[in-house]
Amino acid sequence: MNTRKNLRQIWLLGLTLIFLALLATLPLYAPTYTIILMTSILMYIVLTMSWALFSAPTGYISLAPAAFFGIGIYTSAILGTRLPLPAVILAGSLISFCLALLIGALTLRLRGIYFAMFTFGLVELIKNFWLWYEIQFTGTRGRFVIFVDNTTIYYVMLIILALLLLVTYLIRRSRFGLALRGIGECEEAAAHIGVHVNALKTATFAISAIFMGAAGAIMATRWTYVDPYVAFNPLYSFMSVLMAIFGGIGQPYGPILGAAIFAYLEEILITRFPYYYMLIFGIVLIVTVLYLPEGLIGLVANIRKRVAGGQDALA
Amino acid sequence: MTIKIIEVLITGLLMGGLYALVAVGLSLQYGVARILNISHGEFIMLGGLTTWALYTALGVNPLLSLAICGPVAFILGFVIHRTLFKRLLASSASPAIFESNSMLAAFGLMFILQNIALLIWGPEIRGYSYLVIPVHFLGTLFGANRLLTFGLALVIGLGFYLFLSLTRTGKAIRAAAQDPPTAGLMGVNINNVLALCFGLGAAMAGIAGVLISMCYPVHGVMGLEYTIIAIIVVVLGGLGSIPGSFIGGFILGLIGSVVTFFEPGLALVAYYVIFILLLLVRPTGILGR
Repeated sequence: MNTRKNLRQIWLLGLTLIFLALLATLPLYAPTYTIILMTSILMYIVLTMSWALFSAPTGYISLAPAAFFGIGIYTSAILGTRLPLPAVILAGSLISFCLALLIGALTLRLRGIYFAMFTFGLVELIKNFWLWYEIQFTGTRGRFVIFVDNTTIYYVMLIILALLLLVTYLIRRSRFGLALRGIGECEEAAAHIGVHVNALKTATFAISAIFMGAAGAIMATRWTYVDPYVAFNPLYSFMSVLMAIFGGIGQPYGPILGAAIFAYLEEILITRFPYYYMLIFGIVLIVTVLYLPEGLIGLVANIRKRVAGGQDALA
Repeated sequence: MTIKIIEVLITGLLMGGLYALVAVGLSLQYGVARILNISHGEFIMLGGLTTWALYTALGVNPLLSLAICGPVAFILGFVIHRTLFKRLLASSASPAIFESNSMLAAFGLMFILQNIALLIWGPEIRGYSYLVIPVHFLGTLFGANRLLTFGLALVIGLGFYLFLSLTRTGKAIRAAAQDPPTAGLMGVNINNVLALCFGLGAAMAGIAGVLISMCYPVHGVMGLEYTIIAIIVVVLGGLGSIPGSFIGGFILGLIGSVVTFFEPGLALVAYYVIFILLLLVRPTGILGR
C-alpha cells in the first residue's frame, strides 16, 4: 500500500515537471495572444493555490487575497521605476509577507466567520485609505506602471507558480502540514498535543501572502495603469475562494483545476458577455456547494470509484 | 457654529436610520438562520431599481412600491431558503460548516442577483427626484424625502420589533434563535421559522432599497456596499437584536457624518477602522451576549 502511494506520488511529480517544462517552451512557438491568456490563467492558479495553502488545511476562510495582491501591485507601481524587476517582485512579496504576519498575529483569536469578515474588512480598509492618501498627497487617483514585455511577465508568473508548487508539496508532506491539518480537524486537540497553533497559523498565512504579493507585482506591469479600485478589488478574494471550492480543496490539484477552468471561461466570456460569465459563476458556485462538497476532483474520484466498482463486479 | 453641529448631528441620525433598517434584515438572517447573507445588499439593490423602474415607466409612487417590493422580496427570500439553505442545513455536518457553506452559497446568490439586474437594467446610475422639498428644522435645511425615509425607517423598525416581541410567530423566531433543537421539541416548525426569518430579512432589505432610492441614486453594483454597511452595523449592535441594529446604525451614521465634516475622504476608512477594532476587541457587539 505504501509503495503504491509512493509510486503515485512520483508519477504525479513527474507529470507536474513535464507539464511545467512544456509551459516553459510555450513562448517559443505560441502566438502572443496565447501567452497573454496563459499568463491570466497562471495568475488565477497562483492566487487560488496560495489561498488554498492556508485555508484548505485549516478551514479558515480568508478573504484577504485581494489585499496582498493589491500590495504587490502598488509595490510595482511605486518601486518599478527605481529598482530592477526581480527586486520589485521580491519587495512585493516581502511587504505582503510582513503585513500578513501582522494580521495573522492580530486575528489569532477570531474563529470561523469572524475571520472571514475581518479579512474582508481589511481589503476595504486598505483600499479606501489608499484612495484617500493618493488623492490627498499625490493629487491623482491612479499611477502608471513600467512596461514589461509579455514573455517576461509569463516567465515570471511561471517561476512563481513553480515555487508555489514546491512549497505546497513540501508543506503537505512535512510535520508542518500534518499539524496544519490537525488545526483544521480540531484546534483545541491540536493545541493539546503540543502544536503551536497560533505560530503555525500565522506562519502559513504569511507564506501564502508571499505568492499573492509576487503575483500582484508582476501583473501590475501588464495593466500599465492602476488605481486603488483596480488593485484592491475584492473580486480577487472572492474568485480565489470560489475557484478553489469549485475545484475541490482536498487535493492540491483541485484548486489548479478550478482556477484553470474559470480563468479560461473568463477570458472567452468576459469581453462579450460579462454579465453571463458572472451569472454562470454564481450558479456553478451554488451547485458546487450543494451537490459537490469535495469539488470537481471529488466528483472525478466518485466516478472513478463507481467505474472501478463496476469492473470488480464483472471480475 | 451650533447650527453646524446640529446639522452634522441630524445628518448622522438620518443616515443612521437608513443604516439601521439596512442592518435589521441581516441581523435576523445571521442571528437566527445563521446565514451570513452576502447577497443581502442585492435585495436592497433590487428594491431600489424596481422602485426606480416603476416610478419612471409607470409613475408609481415610491410609497406604493414599499407595498410591492416588501412582499415580493419576502416570497423570494422564503423560496430561496426553502430550496437552497434548507438542503444545505441538512447536508452540513456541524453549525460551523453550515456557516461557511451558507456564506459561500450567498456569494453565489450575490453574483446571480447582481448580474440578472445588470442584464435587465445595465450598469448606469439611476435616480429620480421625489419630494425634494427643503424643510426648515432647528435653523437647518433638509430634504423632505430624507425626513420621510427616516420616519418610515423608525416606524418599520418599531413595527418589526413589536412583531417579534408580541406575536406568537415572533416568539417562535426568538426561541429558534436561542436554541433551535429545543425550540423544535416545543413544537416550533424550525424549517418554517428559518425560512420565515430569511424571507423577512429579504423583505426588510427590499423595503430599505425602496427608501434608499428616494434619497440616493441606485445602480446594479451598489449591493455589496450596503452588505458591508449591514455587516458593520450588525457587528456593532450585536446579532439578532433589533434595538442593537438601531443603536449600531445611529452610531455608524453619526461617526460617518462627523468624519465627513472634517475629512470627507475618510468616512469609509473610519467605518472599517471601527469594524476591525470591534472585531478584535468585542466581536459580540455592544448589546451582544
